[in-house]
Amino acid sequence: MGLMDRFKAQRELHAAVKTCGADPFGVKMDQILSATEALIEGRPTILCGSNNYLGFTFDADCIEAAKQTLDECGTGTTGSRIANGSYHDHKALEQDLADFYGKQHCMVFTTGYQANLGAISTLAGPNDFLIIDADSHASIYDACKLGSATVIRFKHNDPADLDRRLGRLANEPGNKIVVVEGIYSMLGDHAPLKEFVAVSKKHNAYILVDEAHSMGVMGATGQGVVEHDGVLDQVDFITGTFSKSMGAIGGFLVSNMEDFDLLRVACRPYMFTASLPPATVASVRKSLAKLRANPGLMAKLWANVDTLYDGVEAAGFSVGKQKGPVVAVHINDPALAARAWHALLQNGVYVNLALPPATPSGTALLRCSVSAAHSTEQLQHVVAILARIGRELGILGTPAHAVAAE
Amino acid sequence: MTAQAAQQNTTLAFDHVVAEIAVALQPFKKGEVAITATTDIAQDLNMDSLAVMDLLMELEDKFDVSIPLNMVPEIATVGQLAQTVIESKRGA
Repeated sequence: MGLMDRFKAQRELHAAVKTCGADPFGVKMDQILSATEALIEGRPTILCGSNNYLGFTFDADCIEAAKQTLDECGTGTTGSRIANGSYHDHKALEQDLADFYGKQHCMVFTTGYQANLGAISTLAGPNDFLIIDADSHASIYDACKLGSATVIRFKHNDPADLDRRLGRLANEPGNKIVVVEGIYSMLGDHAPLKEFVAVSKKHNAYILVDEAHSMGVMGATGQGVVEHDGVLDQVDFITGTFSKSMGAIGGFLVSNMEDFDLLRVACRPYMFTASLPPATVASVRKSLAKLRANPGLMAKLWANVDTLYDGVEAAGFSVGKQKGPVVAVHINDPALAARAWHALLQNGVYVNLALPPATPSGTALLRCSVSAAHSTEQLQHVVAILARIGRELGILGTPAHAVAAE
Repeated sequence: MTAQAAQQNTTLAFDHVVAEIAVALQPFKKGEVAITATTDIAQDLNMDSLAVMDLLMELEDKFDVSIPLNMVPEIATVGQLAQTVIESKRGA
């Protein structure tokens, strides 16, 4: 058997999806025009499938901070956080994040993926238990594989199911850590955190919340669902990323845990990779400062969410149940979803295509996402194009309804 | 209880668990081949890794046990899965 023969299923799936006329997993952005536009195959295209929730990728102050640091500190650290890779700004960003969350400690990682990989695999030891939401991001599943704890999965966003599964572990002596996300990246729904915290406390379990898609998006000051649900002080660990609302790349872990700094010399995904380039750290510090100075940025994002979510729903599409910056359009037939995705691209609209079995819904998804940097006109245009393509491909079954909505 | 009776009990439990798993696996059957203890979950059924994880969750509730995801790589056949359920029940 050849090395690549194991990937027969992936080969067949990828070949099938490419019959729509393009490769949804191989899109090339020829030129980035702004936080919301790029040139793709020569066409100006509205980016409606990024995670650029606050539009910070092209913020003038963030770019200036990065440029200045690039000149002062060079292009990269060429070393790990525990060797030559901790500069002044890495430590300052950790302090900024600890302040932002009102926690004592923070570790900054090179990616959000590594933050989850490192935090989860290191915190739970061989005699401990990780109890994870069934729809968890790949970084959480991979952390479970990297670590040595016993892993139990509970039904997505279901506190009663978590309660039942923790109950079965009542006589087990090991520590229990419940792992949930704030906003889930595919369907855009958010966790009932108040209930999850109550269930976790009832069973003396720790709780870790990944706010990757909810930081800078939910809560009065942008802390995420922990703030929205008023449970920040009861959550043991928060992880997050700088590659969504912060507009760059990197990840973090904050906590009040005693002896937190021991993690710095125990956590392999922190220790054995080069640290973030200083210019990236500078731009993230600026993004966070701008969010803290002006939480009103989120109001523009949510106004845009109304335009896209309400527009797509009114057009007659089946969308995710909870309104938020991730607007998931459900299409039962994956081949049809791929054709719709390609038609959108040809009409200057980029969204993400997600296919089963990688989708929690079991259906294909056109995953649209909203940025504060979108104009209302851009999002109205996206809705109009989606509705037209939906009708042309027969996804929208009731033309009268769809026409009226448009 | 004699050793023979204990053996008998285990055998009964095993067959019962296999039968219950077979019921849960009906939606994943390839054709009309019956599901038995020797059915290979990955090869003889239409199941991807997500479906296997969901099946474990269903069996956890059906038998009121914990079946860690860590067990997945060690379970190839329906019989091995049944044995895992039985051992989880004993440990509980």
